[in-house]
Order: sequence, then structure tokens, then C-alpha cells
Amino acid sequence: MDNIKDLLVILISSSLVSNVVLSQFLGLCPFLGVSKKVKTAGGMGVAVIFVITLASGVAGVINKYVLQRFHIQYLDTIVFILVIAALVQFVEMFLKKAMPSLYEALGVYLPLITTNCAVLGVAINNEQAEYGILTGMVNGFATAVGFTIAIVILAGIREKIAYNDIPESFRGMPIVLLTAGLMAIAFVGFSGLL
Amino acid sequence: MNKAAERLYNGFIKENPTFVLMLGMCPTLAVTTSAINGLGMGLTTMVVLAMSNLFISLLRKIIPNRVRIPAFIVIIASFVTIVQLLLEAYLPALDKALGMYIPLIVVNCIILGRAEAYAYSNPPIPSLFDGIGMGLGFSFALTCIGAVRELLGAGKLFGAAVLPDSYVPIRIFTQAPGAFFVLAVLVALQNLVKAKRKKAGKPYEKLGSGCTEDCMNCSDQGCTRRFYDANAEKKPEDTANKADEEGK
Repeated sequence: MDNIKDLLVILISSSLVSNVVLSQFLGLCPFLGVSKKVKTAGGMGVAVIFVITLASGVAGVINKYVLQRFHIQYLDTIVFILVIAALVQFVEMFLKKAMPSLYEALGVYLPLITTNCAVLGVAINNEQAEYGILTGMVNGFATAVGFTIAIVILAGIREKIAYNDIPESFRGMPIVLLTAGLMAIAFVGFSGLL
Repeated sequence: MNKAAERLYNGFIKENPTFVLMLGMCPTLAVTTSAINGLGMGLTTMVVLAMSNLFISLLRKIIPNRVRIPAFIVIIASFVTIVQLLLEAYLPALDKALGMYIPLIVVNCIILGRAEAYAYSNPPIPSLFDGIGMGLGFSFALTCIGAVRELLGAGKLFGAAVLPDSYVPIRIFTQAPGAFFVLAVLVALQNLVKAKRKKAGKPYEKLGSGCTEDCMNCSDQGCTRRFYDANAEKKPEDTANKADEEGK
């Protein structure tokens, strides 16, 4: 299962074809909330890549060696959400002590990720698709890259929109949602890729 | 009993989680491809919301303040698991249609938000009705959005063809982009209503969610921001709450 071609297919399909935000609607809160400037959007994207890759690896290990071993797969939701919350806290503490410069760059985004449904979504996705640990991590990485692509593009558009004259009731969230809708149409075009 | 009715009205109309508070947008957009899916998701969320509100309220004196968020999450996740197993057993078609969005109810901001804003500081019965009211409001909103998308995208309503055959469905509305467009128009309408109320001198009073406006316009980070604040160790409003309680 874990051969290079399969991994490449997962990489492309998870990052572009079924984009996590624009076609699966996971992680909408940070997508809409932290996309005012390209710089912060990029920072959030990197933090999400880091956390999701790590979390899908840990969730994969737990799924294989704890849940499946003791036949308690029905507890997956509870276990995954607790593991993710604990992991994010731990990563934050670890970065603070060991890599202050990286913490400086990513620190503010980490607590926001705990409530990002994309992290739990990837863990559940991996479990339902019965991916192995490595495949799961590649899927997590690709999903997070898709999130980063989407949020950086949206932030770029929003920086330009800020100077436009928009009808009063469409200012703020509505115009952002319309932009996201147009981006989603563009991403539907990727469905012919695979 | 008046309190219960007031809670139902509050959840359904005054603080409707989708139309007014703008909470829980992920499932709102994802599963509203048809009216029946929207209704199913709404009712599933309602059951989880009502039960978790009831239990959090019953346990509110036992759960220490510092670990309340993890405790809430465990309670919520347990009910989500129960509901998921029940759906798998008795309504497999709905279970299949909603797919991975059922386990994701755990991270729905509405449930954690109500636990934090209402159930943790109020007695069980009003909390239960608060959950039911919010859940009904959520179901109503999801059904509305689902109906619009189904009508425009497939020319049907609850699976029955209502528009004449000459109508060419705008397929994009049942796909992902349609969700963004419908929600955008909806929020624009809401902004219009708000602007009118402001002009008439009746601006929205402070809502129970702790924001003066809806969740997404509340601050730069949307609803995630509030849980970040809630998770932070030093909570200014916490001490304020305590002072309030002592005052009573």
C-alpha cells in the first residue's frame, strides 16, 4: 500500500482536488478569521502544517497500537480529540523551551489550532480510509498544504479587496464568503486532475 | 416553566446560532446540500447539545474551573459517540449522508460555546431547554439553507420535484461553491437588518455569547479567538464572574 505512486496520488488529491477548506469545509474559522494579511495567513498555514502532520502521525500510532489492539475503535472520537488537545499544548510548551525563535513565529497560532476541526477531520479521515501510519501522515501533510494554499490566496485577495468600494451590507464577512465561493469554483476545476 | 419557554424562544429566534451568532459554520456549509440532510444534521446536533448541556449543568459544581474545557470536551465527545452508534444502527442512510461530519460535532463551536456561556453557570432544567432551543434554531437554519440549495441546485424540495421540468437546475448550488454563495447572501441580509435596527435606534443588545455582535465579526479570529481566551490561564472575566457571584 505504501508505495511512492499511491503517496503522490494522496498528496495531490488531498491538497488540491478535495481541498480541505474549499470542498470539505473543515477549518473554516481560521480560514475566515486569520486571513486579513498574507503574512499572518502564511504563519497560520505553517503552524497548521506542523500540527496536522504531527497529529495525524500520533493519531495513527494510537489507532494502530491502542484502539485496534484492544478493539475499542468506537472510542475514536473521544481519544483523538483529547490527544490532539494535549499534543497542541505539549508542542507549545516544547517549542517555548527548546526553540524560542520558532515559538516566536508560530506560538500565537498554536492555541487557535486546538479548535480547528481540520485536525480532527484528518485523523478521522485517515481512520475511515484505513491508511497506515506513513500514508496517514502524508495525507495529513497534504491536507494542511491545501489549507495553507487556500488561506494565503484568500489573504492576498482580501488585501486587494480592502481598497475597493463594496456595497454596505456586503462589507466584512459576506464579501469574503463570496471570494471563497469563487475560489471554490476554481478548485472544482482540479477535479479533472486525477 | 416560563424560564424554559424563554430559553426555547432565545435559542430559536433571539440568539439563533446560525443566523444571529454565526456559530458552527463548518457543518452548516458542508451538509446542507439538501433540506433533509440539513434537518438530520440539525436534529443530531440538538440531541448532543441538549444532553451535554444537561450533564454539564448537573456536574457544574463538581468540575473544577481550571480543567473545565477538557471536561466539557469529554462529556460532549461521549454523547457524540452514543449518537453516532445509534444512527449507525437505526438510520444508516442518514449516517452515510452525514459521514465524517457526525464525529466532527465534537468541535462544533455551538456546543462548547453553550456549555461555557450557559450550562456551566445555570441549573439543569433551563440548561436542557437552552440546548433544545439552540438545537431547534440550528436545525431550522440548516433546513432553510438546505432547502434553498436543493431548490436552486436540483429543483426539488425534501426530495420531491416542485419546479417544472423546464427549470434547468443550477448544479453549482448543490456543490461546494454554492454553500459559500448562499451563506454570503444570508450574512449580507443580516447586516442589512442590523443597519436598519441601528438607524431606528434599536441596536442589538449584548448577546449571551459574550459578543456584542455575531461570532464571526466578534474579533479578528472569529469564534476560535474566544476559546483561546477561555483556555488562557488568567481570565479577566472569570474574576469578574466570581465577584458577581459573591455579590449575589
